[in-house]
Parts: sequence; structure tokens; C-alpha cells
Amino acid sequence: MKRFVLLLWLLVGAAGALAACGSGDEEESRTLTVYSGRAERLVGELLEEFKRESGVDVRVRYADSAELAATIGEEGDRSPADVFFSQDAGALGAVEDRLQPLPEELLDKVDARYRDPQGRWVGTSGRARVVAYSTERLKESDLPDSIFDFTDPKWKGRIGFPPPNASFQAFVSAMRLDVGDERTRRWLEDIKKNDPVLLENNIQTEEAIANGEIDVGFVNHYYLHELRQEHGDDFPVTNHFLRKGDPGALVNVAGVGILRTSKRSEEARELVEFLLSERGQRYFAEQTGEYPLVKGVPAPEGLPPLSSLQGPDISLGALGAKLESTLKMLDEVGLGT
Amino acid sequence: MSALRRAPLAAAAVAVVALACLPLAYLLVRALGAGGDAWDIVLRPRTLTLVANTLGLVAVVTGAATVIGAGLAWLTVRTDLPGRRVFAVLAALPLVVPSYVIALAFIAAVGPGGAAQELGLGLGGRWVFGFDGAALALSLATYPYVYLLTSAALRRLDPALEEAARSLGRSRLAAFREVTLPVLAPSIGAGAILVALYTLSDFGVVSLMRFDALTRAVYRQYQAAFDRDPAAVLGLVLVALTVLVLLVESRLQARGRLRRPGGERPVAPVALGAWRWPAAGLATAVVALSLVLPVGVLVWWVQRGRSRLPALDDVAVSAANSLLVAALAATAAVLAALPVALLAARRPSRWSRLLQRGAYVSNALPGVVIALALVFFSSRLLTPLYQTLAVLVSAYVVRFLPQALSGAQAALARLDPQLEQASRGLGAGPWRTLARVTVPLVAPGLLAGATLVFLSTMKELPATLLLRPIGFETLATDVWNATAVSSYAAAAVPALLLIVLSAPVVWFLQVRSEVRGGPVAAQVPGEPPPVP
Repeated sequence: MKRFVLLLWLLVGAAGALAACGSGDEEESRTLTVYSGRAERLVGELLEEFKRESGVDVRVRYADSAELAATIGEEGDRSPADVFFSQDAGALGAVEDRLQPLPEELLDKVDARYRDPQGRWVGTSGRARVVAYSTERLKESDLPDSIFDFTDPKWKGRIGFPPPNASFQAFVSAMRLDVGDERTRRWLEDIKKNDPVLLENNIQTEEAIANGEIDVGFVNHYYLHELRQEHGDDFPVTNHFLRKGDPGALVNVAGVGILRTSKRSEEARELVEFLLSERGQRYFAEQTGEYPLVKGVPAPEGLPPLSSLQGPDISLGALGAKLESTLKMLDEVGLGT
Repeated sequence: MSALRRAPLAAAAVAVVALACLPLAYLLVRALGAGGDAWDIVLRPRTLTLVANTLGLVAVVTGAATVIGAGLAWLTVRTDLPGRRVFAVLAALPLVVPSYVIALAFIAAVGPGGAAQELGLGLGGRWVFGFDGAALALSLATYPYVYLLTSAALRRLDPALEEAARSLGRSRLAAFREVTLPVLAPSIGAGAILVALYTLSDFGVVSLMRFDALTRAVYRQYQAAFDRDPAAVLGLVLVALTVLVLLVESRLQARGRLRRPGGERPVAPVALGAWRWPAAGLATAVVALSLVLPVGVLVWWVQRGRSRLPALDDVAVSAANSLLVAALAATAAVLAALPVALLAARRPSRWSRLLQRGAYVSNALPGVVIALALVFFSSRLLTPLYQTLAVLVSAYVVRFLPQALSGAQAALARLDPQLEQASRGLGAGPWRTLARVTVPLVAPGLLAGATLVFLSTMKELPATLLLRPIGFETLATDVWNATAVSSYAAAAVPALLLIVLSAPVVWFLQVRSEVRGGPVAAQVPGEPPPVP
């Protein structure tokens, strides 16, 4: 019996080894390797569509954006990736040295504030910073239209946000660029006095609102779209958009870049072009509830138009340089990670 | 023993430990990149808070899991606990439930707005977040390590020892403390160390429970700053804590071991008397919290959620892939553990013990660090193998080697070397002795280790995400893919399948050892050999 079992293990092991060898060889035809920090449930269909339309075979490694950025860093010049499709601009900024400049005609499709000033990555869809709130305990008219007003003591114990989240950190950096370090620090300190609940990520924040732990949360707008798909339209949370120009109304992007080391730059450009085509942009509006960034494609139904909620007048490409000092400031205020 | 046998054995052991230390080498490379900042990061008050938090969590979880695990082992093996055969299997089963699922279940049940509050029970609320919730979830997720290793040792324990102590006038308690406990100590210790290392490396539970532990800080460094150097420095702090845990363990273990093959004869169970039903109640509570509750929450998600459920054939492919890599990892880990354990058991020296400890060094590191270390080395040195199953399986071996080792070590500790010496004395060569005497006698221990690795691999996520061949989905990556967009119903299907597929492995392990007390051939009477 014992020997039988050991033998069984060995057989399975040998079978696996064979399978491993088998999966090693692959045809070198038009095959594109994409590292996607965006989940397969969100973009899998879109990439399949590109595959069908272009005849380019797309192999996708799905994982967390930050971990993929770290992976690209460790792989260095040997990275098998051709394209990095990231959940946020920060992860693209982290590997920008490894990215090649994109053609002007692709970059020009997107407003300059939503791409790298040096043209190494471009935003593919936008997500607005919003204040999500409980529809059971608050009316929209109860909410101020600037993020600065949440320092009022009446919000004590009712606020939550996720300091480790890249979009939250980008928002703080944007506030610093907009109103200066001193005022940002004071805002953070005043918010801290309101005893905020610190969460890990956006979804945790929305759920904390739904289950009554907090009343308002500082998050990105499109998580609500996903949560409604899971829980139904009676999910007791909705989004409040802040006034135009407010740092709390910053628009972040998910974006894409092509690796310098790619041997399939042509096919990679085809993919970027597809993501920025009307078809690709409509997909984001309809399937993921995000803002299209290419002019002429309408915003998702039920959301205010992109032009009405743009945050402070700054380029997302400028936020990366601020990240380290923003993290330090959050740390000093006691909202650190 | 001839030099012929020593050289390949030592070489194999060194190679295995070198592999296990790759993440350490990687962290050193990266931490050197941080230069003078490294000390700043280590000495920041924040880092010290994280270390204190982490040590507190490790101490409480290890203590609780040891008490629960060893207690249940004793109840199911040595007493007349009602339904003890059923409990013997049920108590091991939480091993198949990923710890973050246990944490999610607690939040859904007693968190704010959870089921308890909805039903008007007073239990629900924020208390579940922070230290208490993290410690509770981790204790329930990890006690099976102690339970499995201790119950296996209890079954093989020769009752004659305890009976002799009793007949010499020791009370039952004194006999237990002075005779039984020292014999069980290596197994309990091996289980406790797995618990401690699991707690050090866990990210899922502490992140869900919002408890500031070191792993959470390592992840946040990657996530927020994209800067690998500070993350590496914090990783080295984790390695330092691992060394601390290992030192504590070896201090506790130094009190002497007893090599003694087990007795097969049935032992009269300890009568619990009036405590029978309260004990059964406690055992039921543990199983309910760590097994029934999580499974119940998953089933509830499937029914309540509206997200699109995954296609059946996709899940089937993922399930087959999970089973494949888990079987490969279990086989590879046992083959890797054997030379290290053999060397440490048969040629005890400062050097071989150090080698054995080296195998544990990476175990407290979060999976993402191990994954990035393998990305770093394999993309540079083994380019053709990069992102194939070979590298993925190596990552599993690095992560779970201590689990395979714990089984092999415990088995070898009980194996009387006189049997090997007899085999050699009768003219069998070293390889023949290894194949015909040693391996068959320690096979149950090896299998137990293989099972632990198998189950851990089924649940593993971070290394799988980064190192799998592109397009290779497992049940764990399916769960991740769905939870990344909060599709809980879709996540619950692969999670349930993961549990259902892993359960028979545990059942097999437990039932098998229930039937077969221990290696029959090892029951050679005689004096315990002197401890070298």
C-alpha cells in the first residue's frame, strides 16, 4: 500500500514533467505577450476581440499591476512582455524607463493630461475620484461639493478611505500640486482628527459603507459598477461627484505602454491602437463603467460627462515624481502605510 | 557509514538548501541597493511597531494553535470522546480551507453588518478587525498542522512507557508530563514551527482584518512605491524573525529526544467521565468555526451573488491544473526534503543542523518575495525555463520545503538507527539500505509531509500568479480573478471546488493512519539508542 502510494506520486510527477516539456514550445508567429494588471473579468473579452480582428495571437499574464511592474523590473532586458496594460498610471510610471515612445498619432487621441509627457505610456480609460456614500443614511444634498469640507467635525467617525491604494495616493499628490504642501498637510491632519476608518482598498471601503461601518468613503467611481453587478442595483451605496477643479475630483487612468525590449513592436502598436479605437473605448464605457478618453466617445450612461468633473489642472505624468514625498507626508501625519 | 554514501547525500542536501536560500540572496542584492537607507528603514519607529505587532500575533497564534491542535489530537487518539473517529477526520479538514476564506467568513458572520448583527445577536461589530480577528482566524486556519503531526505521533507512541511510569507510582498527570510529553515534543514542536512561520508569512488574513503586520508593510511597499529596495529590507527583517523563531524552537527541543518505535497494540482509552460531552462540544465548536462556517459562507455567496458564474469546463481545466502542480510540488518537495532530513538525523553536527535550519529561512517570506526572487534568478540564469512549470514548482518547493521536512524529520527521529546498522551489518550497501529499510520505514512521515505540501500548493496564489506559464489557470488564480472585481459568487465556485478536491487527501491521510498504527517492521524491542 505504502509503496503503491509512493509509486502513484512518482507517476503523477512524471506525467507533470512531460506536460511541462510539452508546454515549452510555441510557434513564433505573430504572438504578443501582454502583462495585464487589469483583471481578466474586466478586459478578457476586449483582448479576445482584438485577437479575432487582428489575427495576432495574444497571450496574457494577469496579475496585480504593482507586482507586474516589479516583475518587469526584475526581468530587465529579458522580459518576455511586449505590452504592459496597467490598472493605474503609477505602475506605468514605475517602469517608464523600460517603455518605448509611442507614435504621435496614437498619443494625440488622448488629452495631454492623461498620458506620459514623454509619450511612453498613454491612458486608455478614466476613473474619477468620488465620495461614495450610504443611500440609507444620507441624501445627496447632505454632501459638500469639495473634499476640503469633510474636515467638519460633523463627519467625525463617519469617513473611510484606503491609504495603501495608488489612486488615493495620486489624489493626495494632486492636492499638493494644486493647493500646496502646507494646506494639504493641514487637510490630512484635520481629516485624521475626524477618526477615519483606514481600509485596504476601494472595494473594502465601499463594503464598509454598505454594512454601516462608515457613511462616506473616498474612492474611484467605477467600483460601484462592479459591486452593483454582484449585489444588484439595490446596493445601498452611490457616488457623489465633487465640483470641477476640486482635487477630490481628480481623474485617474488605466493605461498601456510597449516595452523597449519587445520584438513585436508593430503588433503591440496595433493593440494600443485598438484600445484607443472607438470600439475599444466604447467597451470601457459599456462593460467596465469607466470614462472613454478619446474624444467623441460618450461617457457611460448615468455619469456626468468627463469635461464636467475634471480635477485640478495637472498632468498625471507629474504625479509619479511626487509619490515618494506624498508617502512620507502620509506617514508623518499618521495615515501612513 | 562509508564515504561513498556521505558525499552524494551531503551534496544533495547542500543543493536543496541553496535553492531554499535563493530568496535570501535576492533580498540581500536588493537591500544593498537601498544602501545607507536600509538602516533608516529598519530603525524607523514604524518598523519597530510592525515587528512588535508581528511577534505578538505569532506568539498568540502559535500558542492557541498548539493548544487546540495538541488538545484535539489527544482527545481523538487517546480518550473515549464521543464520535472520536469522525472528529479525527473533521479536525484535520480545515487544512483545506484557505486562511483568507476563514477570515472572510468571520467578517461575513460577525463583522459590522454581518449575519450576527442582522439576526440581532450581540456578537457582531468592529471587534473582528485588528489583532483579535486576525489571531482568531489564523489560529483556526493553522491548528491542523499541530493536530496532524501530534496525532500521528500519539498513535505511534508506545503505551508501555506511560504504563511503566504509572506502575512506578506516577500520577496520570505526572506520567503525561514526564513521559508522554517529551516523546511528543518533536512533533508538537514541528507543528508549532509551521504555525509560527505561516503566521509570519501570511498576508491575506492580516490584510482582510486590517492588522498592521510586517507582511502587509512589505506588500504595501511594492504596491505604493514600486520600490523594491525598502520592501527587501523589510523582507530581511522577516528573515531575522524567522531565525528568532527557529532559535526558540531549538532551545525548546534541546531537552532531549527519544527514539523509540511505536507499539501497535491497542491502548485502553482514557475515560473522560463527566467531561465527555463538554469535550465533544469544544471539538464541535472548533470544527464549526474553522470548517462549517467558511463553507457555509461560500455556499451563501453562490446563492446570493449575481455575478456571472464561471463556465464549467474552464473550472474543470483549472482544477486539473491545480491537482497537477500540487502533485508535482508534493513529489519534488519530499525528494528535496529527504537528503536534508537524513543528513541532520544520521550525521548530527553543528553543520548539518545549520543546513537543516537553512531550509526554513525563506518560509516566513510572503509569497510575492519568493516569486520575485525566482523571477530575478530564473529570467537571468535559466531563461529557457522561465515561466514554465519547472520554475513554478521550484517556487513551491522553496515556499513549502519545511512542511515536507517536518514530516521526514519526525519520522526519522523515531526510526531506530540500529535497523539501518543491522541492514548494513548483514551486507546491504548504503543505497540498498536507504531504499529497502529507511525509506519504507519513514514513508508514512514522508507522505504526511507530501500531503501538507499538496494542500498548501492547492491554495498558493502569489507565486502562482507571477511564475505560471501564461494562460495556465488554477483554482486559486480563478478565485483571485473573481475577487479582484468583487464577484464573490464567481469566486466561491472555484473556492468550494478547491476545498472539495483537497478534502479526500486529508481524509485519506487521517483514515490511513487511523487503520495503520505505524510502521510494523520498526517494532523491534530493545533499548533506546544513546543520543549522539
